Amino acid sequence: MNIEKGRATGTARVKRGLAEMLRGGVIMDVVNAEQAKIAEDSGAVAVMALERVPADIRRDGGVARMSDPALIEGIQEAVTVPVMAKARIGHFAEAQLLEAMRVDYIDESEVLTPADEAHHIDKWVFQVPFVCGATNLGEALRRISEGAAMIRSKGEAGTGNVVEAVRHLRSIIGDIRKIATADSAERYAWAKQLQAPIDLVEEVAATGSLPVPLFCAGGLATPADASLVMQLGAEAVFVGSGIFKSDDPARRARAIVEATAHFDDPEILVKVSKGLGQAMVGSEIASLEVKMAERGW
Amino acid sequence: MTPRAGGGVPRVGVMALQGDVREHAAVLSKLGAEPVPIRRPMDAVGLDALVLPGGESTTISMLLDSSGLADELAKMVDDHLPMLGTCAGMILLASEVLGGRPDQRCYGAIDVSVRRNAFGRQLESFEADLAVRGLDEPMHAVFIRAPVVEQAGPSVEVLASVWVPGREDAGGRPVVCVQGPVIVASFHPELTGDGRLHELLLRNLEEG
Repeated sequence: MNIEKGRATGTARVKRGLAEMLRGGVIMDVVNAEQAKIAEDSGAVAVMALERVPADIRRDGGVARMSDPALIEGIQEAVTVPVMAKARIGHFAEAQLLEAMRVDYIDESEVLTPADEAHHIDKWVFQVPFVCGATNLGEALRRISEGAAMIRSKGEAGTGNVVEAVRHLRSIIGDIRKIATADSAERYAWAKQLQAPIDLVEEVAATGSLPVPLFCAGGLATPADASLVMQLGAEAVFVGSGIFKSDDPARRARAIVEATAHFDDPEILVKVSKGLGQAMVGSEIASLEVKMAERGW
Repeated sequence: MTPRAGGGVPRVGVMALQGDVREHAAVLSKLGAEPVPIRRPMDAVGLDALVLPGGESTTISMLLDSSGLADELAKMVDDHLPMLGTCAGMILLASEVLGGRPDQRCYGAIDVSVRRNAFGRQLESFEADLAVRGLDEPMHAVFIRAPVVEQAGPSVEVLASVWVPGREDAGGRPVVCVQGPVIVASFHPELTGDGRLHELLLRNLEEG
């Protein structure tokens, strides 16, 4: 029997491929191995390692950075599902550390304090795939042009308020719909308006979708939140503070997994939403001192 | 089009709890079959075949239990329904899972023992041209944190193998296997739109 030929790692297809496999699932923020176990026990398709959940970053202030490598390794040992980790925007050295630790995905994240005010990481030079946040289609396409293999809405992390994630998703998906019906002259105007490469605008026009999977993040706190964003067109969800800042993280995590899988089935949503205890308290967007979604360029 | 013995278009269930359901459905449509997304037991009626997609096997295993589809799947296995499982789907159809969670279930549709994440983490994921027995041209295969077959029973036919780094066996490890009406693959033909394993599944229907 022949063995395969031309084995290639770290290609765009291989990077995007893992994102495709996470579709319909929930990726949960965890700060240590114990939380990672709870996440995996609850059906998370992957976990996201970070130093503090966004709600705590907001409360404590200070500079938020990549996690301690020892904590990430502890999480990698604790679970069998993919382990993602966050690096600061533009901080390619943190990304190099994370790649050397063989994390499965790097989130170049606005939740951490940006390290560069003009440049994002050149993600093409890495073998490990990256996910980046976006508030609109222009930002999404710029991140893809830099090599991102998955896009997530930014939302407003750590607020337990889904309104910003909804705004970002509607903006991205709404503009994709418009571009899909634009003529060739209009597509150049779209590229200019979005400050995005024309070839990516053409690809969106031809396929009617982003070139990489579109997930939702930022402010999700309930099973119904997950259902809402999935119905709006998100392909999977990230939940951060919403789980471990609630009364009963394991039950809420499990309920959000069920809600994401059965997002268009209100009967199941009712069943899984019952008696979950208090959700995280949450904040009004207007009351925030720092809007994380404004970070990134 | 694949004509059915009883006439009409074959209805092929695609387990739609999590993973790359859409790609499988697209390949099946292209081949003239009717893909039927399966999320609840009531969806799993009148199926001619079943596809288990790629995804996270631990999550899908859990959702099969909570949705009540675990019993349906066990019944379909008992009834020898033709099935195709890719990656996570292969793990779910296997008779034994190594490197999984202790509570992870598999349904024994094919007599193979599979190792989860056999190549390691995402950095070891790869694509390659794979020679598959019975196909004239190689398949372009995308392996994402893929499983491999550690042991195949006597009635299992191995159609393709790959070399696993750090493992000494020169013949490699099986990554496409067939037993009766059940086909499993470690990789994702659906990601490249290659319909040849799905075609094999549909051919099993005609013969069955």
